[in-house]
Order: sequence, then structure tokens, then C-alpha cells
Amino acid sequence: MPLDRVWVFAEVLDGQPITPALELLTRARSLGSTVEAVCLSPEAEAAAPALGAHGATTVYAGTDPAYADLLLGGPGADALAALAGQHSPDLILFPTTYASRDVAGRLAAKLDVPVISNALDVGVDDGITVESSIFGASQMVSTRFEGAPPALVLIRPKSFAAEPSGGGDPAIVAVDVPIADQHRSARVVERVVDKATGPKLEEAPIVISGGRGLGDPKNFALLDQLAELVGGAVGASRAVVDAGWVPYAMQVGQTGKTVKPTVYIAVGISGAMQHTVGMKGAKNIVAINKDAEAPIFKLADLGIVGDGLKVVGQVIEELRNRQG
Amino acid sequence: MNVVVCVKQVPDPNSVGQLDPSTHNLRREGVEVVLDPGDEFGIEAGLQLAEAHSGKVTVVSMGPEKGLDAIRKALAMGAAKGVLISDPSLAGADALTTAKVLAAAIRREGFDLVITATESTDGYTGVVPQAVAEYLGVPAVTFAKAVESDGSNLKVRRQTEAGYDNVEATLPAVVSVTAGVNEPRYPSLKGIMAAKSKPVDRLTVADLGLDGLSAGQTIVSVQAAEQRTAGEVIEDDGTAAHRLVEFLAAKKVI
Repeated sequence: MPLDRVWVFAEVLDGQPITPALELLTRARSLGSTVEAVCLSPEAEAAAPALGAHGATTVYAGTDPAYADLLLGGPGADALAALAGQHSPDLILFPTTYASRDVAGRLAAKLDVPVISNALDVGVDDGITVESSIFGASQMVSTRFEGAPPALVLIRPKSFAAEPSGGGDPAIVAVDVPIADQHRSARVVERVVDKATGPKLEEAPIVISGGRGLGDPKNFALLDQLAELVGGAVGASRAVVDAGWVPYAMQVGQTGKTVKPTVYIAVGISGAMQHTVGMKGAKNIVAINKDAEAPIFKLADLGIVGDGLKVVGQVIEELRNRQG
Repeated sequence: MNVVVCVKQVPDPNSVGQLDPSTHNLRREGVEVVLDPGDEFGIEAGLQLAEAHSGKVTVVSMGPEKGLDAIRKALAMGAAKGVLISDPSLAGADALTTAKVLAAAIRREGFDLVITATESTDGYTGVVPQAVAEYLGVPAVTFAKAVESDGSNLKVRRQTEAGYDNVEATLPAVVSVTAGVNEPRYPSLKGIMAAKSKPVDRLTVADLGLDGLSAGQTIVSVQAAEQRTAGEVIEDDGTAAHRLVEFLAAKKVI
């Protein structure tokens, strides 16, 4: 039996809902009779049609300009708590993003209801059950919510594909929950976007990731060359991000991005669980590593024991020759 | 400046953690436990701020007796005091219960700044810092890549999906720091010796005046996840690059 009311918390970027929110709306359609979105952004109304097209019949829109300059956690949890009190959703889905993690964590404490993180799916039978992976996706856990609604779930991006529902423009309900003064004491004074060229890491058909085995940050340039040749994107392991070689935005893994490209090429990456949880959903995996015992080979469709730099260099040469 | 740093003792991240399929709790037998590597960055950040503003660092941890080792390591690095909350009723505690307990212990100590990692390296729920902040009624400036303070205000470079935000906040606040935010110091021999005489409060749930902690969620099953199977592994004899190009062509990505 479906739930009466399922909500999706939808962040907005450049006037559009973020893709993970559309993924969650797609899934929510088979979980609840009524699917609605909560959107807190000066651009919430601009984002509403896309939310409607993915199944939201109502968008609760908070358009206070201050949402653009504050950390969303505090005011977001306040607004959702007030809205939940008025409309009694059974389930609220959040994408695992930085801002939504902040909102969900504070909301759980505010409402004294549990929040389940790292979910890959949600099921509804005589209750709400969440499937999540733990320990680098070596084990799958089913967890059932007990007690009063709403159930709060943080779902990893790319757990579902976003598909339009054929729905029209949603009703827009203004959210007039005031932003408390205590939340104004933390302000975003500048937003910096790391420059990136080529396709986005989450969307590229080929992802080429580098790890410690590359030996030197400079060697990422070779991966950039290959990515440019094949229309791919470059990712990285946590080890090299923590070491400051490349920006965090490139990190693939538990605490980074989840990617599901047609081909994933891991160069000089040993295959720690922290990393594999973010890429094991790729259709095909190629691993190049000097260490024949590296765990990455256990999940590679094609494993090459050898020098990653040498192999990538030769691949670039051969592709250039092919392209004439 | 009173800095409280939350730390956790976790199974060695280099070993594979497991939930016991019958109790659904973390299997701790035969598993090496260590101070969560992510927490070392929080301790270092706390020590640097406390040193700059004539403050002190208190470390707070929830967990079994073994958690004392994590606290001792933080004390050896330079923290002044430890608090360990151990209680059989907390076995298998969820993120919300953990946050409730930590917040109660932090309030008991008093704080200007609370520092945590962004998530633990075993549970990875990643919502405890935010929930602690809500219970304490202060802002949570999360995912910090860099933290500065003049003693009453904070400047934080905060990780975002697209890059980073520069955030300014006033104290008191909770800050969660990412790995790589600093270079954690190694405990000196002197520090290790001094740690032995530093105070550690041992508390139970009742000592914190908390009761009726219920998880509101139950694990109903634990299963091995489907694993990918290994394909062909070849030694590079000079032809591997060509094989890789053929592989890409076969998958129609070039």
C-alpha cells in the first residue's frame, strides 16, 4: 500500500532543481499517492516546472532572498519542521549532498525522528524499509523505521534515473516560515566554482581516475589529455585529494561523487572500499596498477598489471594515430 | 577559547568492517580499533585554535571502554581533558542517539567551538555534527577545508559540490572538518607521558540526565552485497595499451 504523502527536498542550482532531486521524485512516484517537493531558494518558482514534470503536484516554495546567503541547514530544518507539522508527510527524501545532509541532520534532531543515510533504495510494505550499503558496499543493510512519521532518508545520487512523469506545472504554495536570527550568524560571503572543462564527472560516458600510483600531481595532465581525446572526465581517489593534488570536486567514492559511466578507468588506484563504493556501478571497469595484488583487480573487467603512465601515454598515441 | 572535539574509536579502516548478522551490531571481536583517522584532523584544528587563543581542548567520545585509547591519543597530541560516555544501552546507537549523548556531554563541559570530522570512518552516517548543532542551538559550519578564528568569529572555507564557499560565522558554533584540512601532529614522547596524568571523566547515560533513548529504527537484515566478478587480468608486455583501445572500441565509447 503506498504512503499518503512523500516529500522530496529539492535544492536549486542556477534556477534549476539539482538532478539528484529529480531522481528522488521519480522514485517517490511509486512510493506515495501524493508526491510533493520542498524548495528553499530565491529561484524556487523558476525551478517548480521541472519538479512538476518529474511528479511533484505541489511545490512548497520558500523564496526569501536570505536563503541564497545562509547555510541551508538551520533555516531548512526550521521550514521543513513547520511544514511537516501542517501537512504530515510520511516520508521525506533528501539527496546525499552537502546542504541536504545539513538539513536532514538538523531536522531529525528537531523532530526527534530517525534519519537513515547512505540509502540506495526505499521500499514500502506494511512499513518503510531502507536499503543501504555499509563498509564500502561490502554489506547491504535493511532498516525499518519505527515510531512516528516522518521518516527521513538520505539517498545517494544516481541510485535511480530521473524520468519525467508527464506531469504539468505544480501548484505553488508559499513557505512563510521566518528565518530565525540564530541562523543568520553564519553567512556565505563568497561562492567559488572550481573551473572545469569537458563533461561533468557524474555525466561523462568515460571516467578516468587517478590515484597515488600516478606518483606526482603533475601526471594528472596525462589523464586530462586522454579525457579530452575520448570526451571523458577525470576523477581521483580520496588519497590524492587529501594530499592536495587535485580539488575535492574530482573525488570519486564514499565521501565524494558516485559515477556510473559506460567505462571507468582506474589508473594507479589500489581500490580501497572508500573509493570503490563510488564507482562499482560503472558498466565496465578497467584497472591499471603496478601491484598485481591490488584489490581493484577484483572488480575490473579488464585489469592491466603495469605502469599506468606508460599505458595511458601509449593509449593517447594510438588514439591520435587512429584519428589521423 | 573552550574547544570540544568529538572523537570515535573505529575498526581499523584498513580491515573490512562487518555487522554481526545475528545481533546487527558492529563486530568488534578480533578487530583492531584505532582513533578514527578523520578525527586526527579535528583534534589538530582544535589544538591550533586553542593555542592561538589561550584556550583548551576537551575531547568527547561515546563508545565502549576501548574508546579510552582514542581519548588517550588525543590527550597525547595536546588535548587537556577527556570525556568518555560508555553505557551498555548505547550498543548499536543510531546517529540521532549518538548526537543526543554527545550534545549533552558537550553542554556539561561548556564550549565556544565544537569540532568534529564530517563523518565517521565506520558508520558514515554523516549527520551527527548537524544534529549535535541543533541540540546545542548553534550554527553548524560543515565540510570545512580551512578554519580560521580571531577568538570570537570564524572564517571557514566550506566544501561544496561545485567548489567551495567562504563562510563567516560567530561563535559559539559547530564545525565539521574534512580530511586534509591540516597536517595532524604526532604525539611526542613527552605528550604521551603527560597524557597519563590528564583527567578523563567516565560517564553513563544516567550521568547525563538522559533516559528513554530509543533508536526509532531497527535493522531487519544484513546481507553480503552483490560483488562484481573479476574479468581478465593481463601483464603489460607492451601491448596492453592496444588491448585497452580495443576494449574502449568494443564498448562503443570511442
